[in-house]
Amino acid sequence: MFYRENGQFKTSYRADQQIFPITQDRVALVALLAFAFLVVPMLASEYFFRAILIPFLILSLAAIGLNILVGYCGQISLGTGAFMAIGAYGAYNFFVRIEGMPLIVALVMGGVCATVVGVLFGIPSLRIKGLYLAVATLAAQFFTDWAFLRIKWFTNDSSSGSVSVSGLNVLGLPIETPVQRYLFCLTVVCICALLAKNLVRGHIGRAWMAMRDMDVAAAVIGIRPIHAKLSAFAVSSFFVGLAGGLWGFVHLGSWEPAAFSIDRSFQLLFMVIIGGLGSIMGSFFGAAFIVLLPLFINQVPAMLGVPISTALAAHLEAMIFGALIVFFLIVEPHGLARLWSTAKEKLRLWPFPH
Amino acid sequence: MGFFLETLFGGLMAGMLYALVALGFVLIFKASGVFNFAQGAMVLFAALAMARFAEWVPAWLGLESKLVANLLGFGLAMVCMVGVAWVIERFVLGKLVNQEGITLLMATLGITYFLDGFGQTVFGSDIYKIDIGMPKDPLFILESTFEGGILLSQEDLIAALIAAALVATLALFFQYTATGRALRAVADDHQAAQSIGIPLSRIWVIVWSVAGFAALVAGMIWGSKLGVQFSLSQVALKALPVVILGGLTSVPGAIIGGLIIGVGEKLSEVYIGPMLGGGIEIWFAYVLALGFLLVRPQGLFGEKIIDRV
Repeated sequence: MFYRENGQFKTSYRADQQIFPITQDRVALVALLAFAFLVVPMLASEYFFRAILIPFLILSLAAIGLNILVGYCGQISLGTGAFMAIGAYGAYNFFVRIEGMPLIVALVMGGVCATVVGVLFGIPSLRIKGLYLAVATLAAQFFTDWAFLRIKWFTNDSSSGSVSVSGLNVLGLPIETPVQRYLFCLTVVCICALLAKNLVRGHIGRAWMAMRDMDVAAAVIGIRPIHAKLSAFAVSSFFVGLAGGLWGFVHLGSWEPAAFSIDRSFQLLFMVIIGGLGSIMGSFFGAAFIVLLPLFINQVPAMLGVPISTALAAHLEAMIFGALIVFFLIVEPHGLARLWSTAKEKLRLWPFPH
Repeated sequence: MGFFLETLFGGLMAGMLYALVALGFVLIFKASGVFNFAQGAMVLFAALAMARFAEWVPAWLGLESKLVANLLGFGLAMVCMVGVAWVIERFVLGKLVNQEGITLLMATLGITYFLDGFGQTVFGSDIYKIDIGMPKDPLFILESTFEGGILLSQEDLIAALIAAALVATLALFFQYTATGRALRAVADDHQAAQSIGIPLSRIWVIVWSVAGFAALVAGMIWGSKLGVQFSLSQVALKALPVVILGGLTSVPGAIIGGLIIGVGEKLSEVYIGPMLGGGIEIWFAYVLALGFLLVRPQGLFGEKIIDRV
């Protein structure tokens, strides 16, 4: 009744091609953003920011990056954590080595470092694909794990192996309190999500999807595999690297390579699968799901009066993740995003379905 | 020279164990086209089951003999692995027939997590011992040729022999039994095999059970060397470059790949490691495999990949 586009006529190509062609979607999005920017900072507690909102935003950004590579371009990657690490350590090096480096420039440069390495590790994708490539990306993961632990130069010769940043500010505004951190992450994520959405619905995105669906056929109809694959690796690594920088600088403050271990890579892959392969919206759903599930598993039994040990909670979490991944692959390969769009389809007809 | 040979032998024997885990991958990939990321979790699960059953069962029955306990543990663990194979076929693979390789790979990632969590919930997550009575003393050979001789670990030697025996058994099984023939037929062409009356689902259960058996043997050997604990599932990450190097579809490839990776890893750690700051074992195998893939994308013995539109 409320969600119906009857009478919304498009009279120009511009109007027909906008991101959200339905008025209700636009209104809902503006309302959501207003809520996120204005209401949430007033309502949420400090714990809520630190434990849920900030990780959710940053991991969403990383999931968008990974989704571009896996969901849109079909190049499976098990080394996302590595690119996050490169983004974080790259940004760190620019930040501490250059006097007066602005935070945003450092983060972007971290993203650029990740892009360069991402393209390097993407080069094998021209020759090998699918399962073989998945293992090749693991090489990136193990190599960076080792490099950031053993090569002192990357950590600015810190004796403990961990690095830390402080005194963050953007254009003179400090980024210290959880609210400020949240707003900063939210801004970055909104900009990046918009960029990603526009990329995937343009000709670059179509080239990626053609590669994903059948690369040989795509090459035959004139899509250059080199451009399509390497641009997917570049864009994906940039977003992932940026997210890595945010994770280190804004969320953790001080970190060591273990923050970007192979578990992080798998976690991000699960976000993409559960959220929805090939969907920007799905990246947010997946991130929300995976950030919330462990909290849920830890809290609910205690609330019901059946406290469980930490170890058991961790094992339960692994089991539930595993079962859910299989479940989603079987029942809904397009993840939560597909459920969302099904719900919207139903709403269009409600209350008079055919 | 003596030191070099010692490193070489050490590498060969470690490589044999990698090959054992890699074998599980290859078996499953050959017969069902699934890149089974869960092989490492299966190794952990099998080893946990064996360690715990070998401890529990004698306590229930009041048995004393260690041999009987180990045999019982092994047998019950094998029953568990067949159960796992059946569950995987019934609830995962059977529902994902005809999906793309990437989907199946991700499904096995899910299985990995589930098995890790499940195994540790049921069997506990401490460090457990598997004591199959392997001699721990080092062995010195060729003492007349080199000063001080070459140090060999008897444990590694026996492990390598067990692994070699397993590989030979599997090769014979595939070559000469009716089931083995059916497995090879399925590997060549699912549809053709099905149309001449080979039941796919039963074949898959058998393949996963055989892979479970390989996992159990690997888990038993690694477990008796290092103790059974979560890090065991990481061994599979070592086996991945092995399969890639050897070619996904080749049993000899898994073995030769394992030996190459084992030797390369040990030699690089000893001779190149100090220059780079040590610990390069972690990534050396991957970089080696990656470099090799650039030259020969299908691996050493893999089938040539042909794309058709």
